[in-house]
Amino acid sequence: MIDFYLAAEGAPEHNPIVPVWQEIVVGTVAFAVLCFVLMKFVFPMMEKTFAARVDAIEGGIKRAEAAQAEANELLEQYRTQLAEARTEAARIRDEARADAEGIRQDVLAKAREESDRIIAAGNEQLAAQRESIVRELRSEVGTLAVDLASKIVGEALADEARTRGTVERFIADLDTAGRR
Amino acid sequence: MIGQSTVLAAAFPPSVEDFYLPSILPWGAHDSYWFTKITVLVWVAVAAIIIFFLVSYRKPQLVPTKKQWIAESLYGFVRNNIAVDMIGPQGVRFAPYLTSLFLFILVNNFFGIVPLIQISPMSHIAFPAVLAVISYVMFIWVGIKKHGIAYFKHAVMPNAPAGILPLLIPIEIFSNFLVRPFSLAVRLFANMFAGHMLLLVFTLGGFAMINANVLLAPISVLSWVLTIAITFLEFMVICLQAYVFTVLTASYVQGSLADEH
Repeated sequence: MIDFYLAAEGAPEHNPIVPVWQEIVVGTVAFAVLCFVLMKFVFPMMEKTFAARVDAIEGGIKRAEAAQAEANELLEQYRTQLAEARTEAARIRDEARADAEGIRQDVLAKAREESDRIIAAGNEQLAAQRESIVRELRSEVGTLAVDLASKIVGEALADEARTRGTVERFIADLDTAGRR
Repeated sequence: MIGQSTVLAAAFPPSVEDFYLPSILPWGAHDSYWFTKITVLVWVAVAAIIIFFLVSYRKPQLVPTKKQWIAESLYGFVRNNIAVDMIGPQGVRFAPYLTSLFLFILVNNFFGIVPLIQISPMSHIAFPAVLAVISYVMFIWVGIKKHGIAYFKHAVMPNAPAGILPLLIPIEIFSNFLVRPFSLAVRLFANMFAGHMLLLVFTLGGFAMINANVLLAPISVLSWVLTIAITFLEFMVICLQAYVFTVLTASYVQGSLADEH
């Protein structure tokens, strides 16, 4: 029956597992063209895109890590600076305290010295005044005593020199009696 | 309709000649093969793939558009699930060829179930044969490049006791260097051939029955429904065969690259 139709169509008989050489040529060329275009223009671009994508993701992660590291470093730096500033402040405070103490001591010492000096000066003055008063008194007492005695005796003592000697002796007696 | 069905029914049962349609240029010639439906389909497939990839990958972006994503997925599928899975990290350099191969087979196979086209160029053994020869040359070439001439020694000499080698070596030569290209080509060809034949049998069978006896009309309808069902089955076969051809090529390349086993 097949033979009948083949004969009717006048076609050459085909064997399905014997390739037609024209089709081999067409297949080879077509496939070569396809491979050439895809392998030269398309797939390398895709690989590039894939790589770029991976790079973008990994790069992003890397950048984030770098930023994190930098932030950490800055934080550390700030902490160090802060600690330094604190130490510095404490040191300045201590120094100020020490200075203040020193100044107080100085002032106190000066004041004490001043007061000592004033007291000493006062004492000296007192002593000097006392001395002059005593001297004045001594002469005056002598005169007064002589005047009194002459008044009492009723007559002026003729020999002033003798009188003076008497008075002097009398006062020296008084002095020794007073010391005793 | 009646005229058409008569014509179609006249060709029942379908024969090998149904795969060799008259040529387009010159119109109707039976012994010219340069410009036939089959060769036109091959060119259409190549053009379609190239245009799709060039258009969708004209301006690649880090965040892909939908088209770019589809193109990348096709490449990524073969690259990661076939090339890298089978061959390992160095499989990446074979990924472009394997993807081209996969797409070429897939689209050409797909013509087998496109309405009004419904014949795959891969049902002509010339095309699978070309692809199989390329795979064959490639895996041998890769093996020689990697191991030098010693490649042949370790390709045919399995790691077995010396006593059994006289038996194993001929088997290895036979299976690795003689059968491989044929099995690759014939597997793909036979699947597409049988798929087309099945569709023909069920479609033409329906016409043959309705022509023979109007009472058989319900069975004709059943036959045509089955045609649709078989079309879905064919879809599975189409994808599977494209995948199998690519995986086997990758596996042969992997065998050539493998170190002494």
